[in-house]
Parts: sequence; C-alpha cells; structure tokens
Amino acid sequence: MPRRNTQVFIVALIIFALAACVVLPVEEGLLGKRGIRLGLDLQGGIHIVYRADLSSLEPGERDGAMDGVKEILGNRINPMGVTEPLIQRQGSDRIVVELPGLSITDKEKERLSRVAILEFGELAAEDEEAKWENELGRWKPATAIIDGEEKVLTSRYFRENTYIAPGDFGRIELHFEWDEEGAQLSKEITSRLIKKPLGIFEGDNALLGEDGRPIAPTVQAVIVDRGVITGLSLNEVTSLSQQLNAGRLPVPLEIIYDQTVSPILGSDFVDMSVKAGLIGIVIVMLFMIFYYRLSGVLASLALVFYGTLVMALFKLIPVTLTLAGLGGFILSIGMAVDANVLIFERMKEEIRAGRTLGAAIEAGFNRAWTAIRDSNVTTFIVCGILYWLGGSIVASAPVMGFALTLFIGVAVSMFTAIVVTRTLLRLFVGTPLAQRTRLFSPHLGRK
Amino acid sequence: MMFDIVGKRLWFFLISGVVILIGVTSLATFGLKAGIEFSSGSMMTVGFEQEVDQAGLRKELASLGYANVIIQSVGEDEFLIRLPELSGGAKTELEAGLAARFGTLEVREFDIVSPMVAAETAQNAAIAVAIAAIGILLYITWAFHRMPNPFHYGTCAIVALVHDTLVAVGAFSILGGLLDWEINLMFVTGILAVIGYSVNNTVVVFDRIRENLTKDAKSGFEVVVNNSLVETLSRSLNTSLTTLFMVGALLLFVGPSIQNFAVVLLIGIIAGTYSSLCIAPQLLVVWKKGRRGKAGER
Repeated sequence: MPRRNTQVFIVALIIFALAACVVLPVEEGLLGKRGIRLGLDLQGGIHIVYRADLSSLEPGERDGAMDGVKEILGNRINPMGVTEPLIQRQGSDRIVVELPGLSITDKEKERLSRVAILEFGELAAEDEEAKWENELGRWKPATAIIDGEEKVLTSRYFRENTYIAPGDFGRIELHFEWDEEGAQLSKEITSRLIKKPLGIFEGDNALLGEDGRPIAPTVQAVIVDRGVITGLSLNEVTSLSQQLNAGRLPVPLEIIYDQTVSPILGSDFVDMSVKAGLIGIVIVMLFMIFYYRLSGVLASLALVFYGTLVMALFKLIPVTLTLAGLGGFILSIGMAVDANVLIFERMKEEIRAGRTLGAAIEAGFNRAWTAIRDSNVTTFIVCGILYWLGGSIVASAPVMGFALTLFIGVAVSMFTAIVVTRTLLRLFVGTPLAQRTRLFSPHLGRK
Repeated sequence: MMFDIVGKRLWFFLISGVVILIGVTSLATFGLKAGIEFSSGSMMTVGFEQEVDQAGLRKELASLGYANVIIQSVGEDEFLIRLPELSGGAKTELEAGLAARFGTLEVREFDIVSPMVAAETAQNAAIAVAIAAIGILLYITWAFHRMPNPFHYGTCAIVALVHDTLVAVGAFSILGGLLDWEINLMFVTGILAVIGYSVNNTVVVFDRIRENLTKDAKSGFEVVVNNSLVETLSRSLNTSLTTLFMVGALLLFVGPSIQNFAVVLLIGIIAGTYSSLCIAPQLLVVWKKGRRGKAGER
C-alpha cells in the first residue's frame, strides 16, 4: 500500500503542476495559453435581444428575412471594432447581440437597430388625416399614382449608390439617385409640390438636422433622377448613407431585453470577487487547521489543489465566468470542505474506538464515502435543473454560470477529498508522527 | 448522554413554528416583490461624482415624471433605480435631467426587460422549481428505500425542506416589505441551492440513524436518534460554518449585485442546518412515539 500511495501522490503532484501551469499567469497560462473568459457582467458590455416584427411577411419569407437581419446587424457591428461580437438567431423571430467590453451611447444603440427607410411627406390639408405632426405642421405621406396604383415615395426607390459630398457653407450633402419607378414618382410629386416643403421622416419621427430641427426642404424644381439632402450632422449622414446603400433591415426590430454594464463596474466585480474568495479560503483554512490540526493542514493543501484544478478547468473547457458563476465557485469552496469534514469526523470516531491511524484513515474514507456520494447527488440534480432553466430563458448567463461552476466545483471537490487528502494522510502512516493520533484528531479526550 | 437534543424537541418545534408564522404572515401581508426579470421594467445603477442623498434623488426623479420608483443605495453616491420600461430616448432624457441637477453621473448598469421576456422567465423559473421538487422527491425515495421505514424518513426530509424554503421565502417577504428587496433569478437560484443543501444535510443525519439502528439493538429509538445527532453534530456545524464563511465573504466584499443570492443562502443554510438537527429527526421520533404500542417496530 505505501508504495502504491507514493505513486498516487506523484501523479497528484503532476496533475497539480500541470493545472498550475494552465492557471498561471492568470492572463495567459504557461500551458493552454488562455485567460479566463469573463461574461458580460464582469468585463462590461451589451447584451440585447431583438424581436423582429414579421407580421408583414408571408410565413415562407420569414426565415430568409431573419437571416438577412442577422447579416445586416453583423455589417453594422463590424466597423465598431468589437473583439468577439456574438450575433445569433434565437427561436423564430429573435436575434441576440452580445458586444463584450464595449460601451456605446444610446444614440449608437438606436442606430444599430434602425430600419433605415426614409419616407417623404407633404403637408396635410385641414380635413386630411396626418401621419406625422411636428413644429412645421401636420404631414401625410407623399404619394402619386403610377399605373393606376397609389404609391408612397420612400428610400426603397433609392439606387444603392448614395454618397456624401461637401456642399456650400461647409455643409454635408447626402446624394441619392432614384431608380426607374422612383424617378416617375418623384417627378409626379415634386412637380405638384413646387415652392412647398417636402418632409423627410424615419419611422414615427422626422429626420432631424444638425440643429435639431426637422429636415423639410422647399421644392425648388421638379426632381427626376437624383436629389440631395442637406443639414444632417456628419456622424448621422455617414451611418445613414451606409445603411441606405446596403444595410436596410427587411423588418422592424424591437428591443425585448437589454443589459448594459459599464466595463469599469465589471472589473470592480472581478476584484471584489477575488478578494471575497481569497479571504473566505483563508478563514476556512484557519478554521480547519484550528479544529482538525494536522488533518486540517492537509485539508488546506487539498483545498489549494482543488482551487487550482477548478481554475484550470474553467480555462480549458472554457467556462465563461459571470458574477453568479464566481458566486457558485466561492460557494463550492465552502462545500468542498464538507467531504473532508465527513471523513475527519469518521476518523476521529475510529481512533477513539482504538484503531491505529492507518486503520482509521481507511475506515474513515470507506464509511464516509456513501454519505459524500449521496449528499452531492442533490447538488448535481439542482445544477442540472438550473442549467436547463438558464438555457430556456433570455437572461441565461447568471443561472447557467452558477450551475456550471457549482457542478464543476462539487465534482472536483469529491476527487480532491477522496484522492488528495487520503494520499496525503497515508504518507504519514508508518512514520513516528502516526503514533501521536491527537495531531490528526484532537478533542479525543472529551468522551 | 452528553447532550439531550431529542428531549428538547418541543422547544425546537415552537421556535420553528414562530419563525414560520412570522414569515407566512408577512407573505400574506406584503407578498413577494417581483424584480424586473419577472415583472418587466428597467433597472439603472447610477453613480454620481457629487454627494447625492436618496431623498434628493427621489424628489428629482418625481419632478422628472418618475414618482414612486424604488431607489436603493448600493454604495457611496451610487444608487439602483427601478423604473418602468424605458425607451432609449426616455433614458437619455432622464440622464440629462439627473445630470442637470446633480452634476456628472455614470450609468454603470442598465437593464430593460419587456413584459414578454418577463412572463417567459417567470414561467420557466416556476417550471424549474417544480422539476427540482420532483427530482428531489425521486432522489429522496431512492435514498431512503433502504431505510427501515422509507415513508417516514422521506416525509420528514420533505418537511425539513419545506421548512427551510418557507423560512427563506418568508425572510425575503419581510425584507421586501421593509426594504423594498425584490426577488430575481438569483433568488430562485439561491432557493434551489438551499433545497439541495437542506436535503443533503438531512440525508447525512438519517444515514447515521440508520447505521446506528443496526449496530445498537438494545437502546430505544429515541436514544439511538439522539446518539446519532450527537455524533453528526460537529460535522453538521463545521460544514455549515465553512460554507457560511464563504457566503459571508461574498456578502461583505461583493455586495449588492449578489446580495439577494448571498442572503438567501445565508438564511437557507442556517435554517437547513437547524432543520436537519432539530426538526427532521425529532419528527421521526414523534411519529414513532405516536405509533408506539401498535408493534414493537423501530
């Protein structure tokens, strides 16, 4: 037995050394070359879930439209320079967008999901129904009849060659060109609206200029082939021209879930969790050593082994750590000690019953095993259910993270308690120290 | 006998009864406050550079059209504000309004949950809790099938589990009524973890009772249960203590974001340790005593 134990001890040491090389240094381990992957709540970033309004489409067109939405969102996100953006379809009408480590303004967020369709409008008469109302008056869509059908003038008739050019007085101009049908419409409408304003709208609102006022140029001449929109800010005109050219969304999107965490807050969380974990571990170790003496020291060593192995697994699998996941890990440290406590208490009883240290160790481990196994089953059941729950809801990260880290933590704790602590304890069997059983199990005199 | 735990069972039942009664009364009066994850809305964590007090912030929010919002202080000049569902534009306006009154601010976290997502989350959380309950029941049936009286042991373990859940949920109802604490997904996660922990503790104690019943054929049931409790006492207390150390560290150093979760665990672990020692095995004894005379069973 002692010889086999030495072998197990060496294997355990090698595993520990390998795990340590994966974990350290934290940013990029010596082995595996990976840092710990942090969830959005820890590194900051944006998690948005959009729901597309597919009601205007035939059932057969919907799937294709969603793929289109996904591609266009990707095109809009790429220029932002996010390292690992995630754009993913979820269910039949949802799209998840995750932008880690990024903080964008509300304006940018709004632009991300804009449909990018401009509608043109004319002033409505007193008795006519208005679609838009603003400081310039009441507006209705500008329409004309082509081939016996009434059509609304929108940017759908733009050719995809919209461009920006500097205009008079340093103003920026957005140049566009009508396609064949658009040109007909535009000709009809502008010839009717000479010396009258032509409003430009996006969704429910007027397109606003740099000065914050609605853009509604007065028609000076009949517009047939091409037109110019002036007054927009440079920022606005740049994104708009891109979106008009290739990035128009086929359907409107609505935000149904949005979580935005500032990167500073995220890094605070990491620091605080590490602090909590370290202080907690030290207290647990002191307690174990105080209560179980030499056995406690060995359990503390096993705890270091445990922590290193779990961190190595987090890096290798890899597990995306969230705040809740860190909570699960920290909780599992407390639970990891449970197996050791069960064993040590058993050993204490065996020694009290007059056995030698060696016999007490074996009996302690064998008898405690059923209790360790049974008691961890409930935790595994709960982890499994939480993992399913996490997968079925939109705000999945915290619940799944917790389930995964707690599961890994408890599984590894069974291994370290049974293999590592036992191996360490066996090393003492046959040494002079083994005679002094009080070192391993204090409080013997009480009964 | 070193400690007579079993002999004090009436006291234990009384203590639990009072605690649960308070909790249930609070549940009936205040109920539980659902957070945005379950009831939809927006949540904003704002930090100010200048000194800002909660009353001033409440007044300013009211004047901006957000009366009766829930505000929690979560740090130095940092607040968590629970709002109705805000659109991007409304959020920008709100930020500008607050900045005009209190100076530079930083929105550290901002969440929006739509009613559709909230309903889905609440429904799935309820399903998860139901499945967990069934899973644990199946586990208990399996774990206790080798016990002398599986039905008794299983039922007592379930009573202990319900006891712990009621204590934790009741405590949150009180915290909700007094401090506006809301329940969220982390609360549900914590409750499920507590359920696992509670059963876990009871199993260890019952396991010892079973073992001692076969070893010690002479003593009466009450004595065997008491001996088993005394033997497992240090294990139960030590394991709970080490877990509480970690939960305490989470609560003290990580703070409000994980507060719900840590507090559920704190209360649940204490209740779970208590019930595994002072409720479940005592019920076993009471049940047995009630049946005494029918047969010489143990």
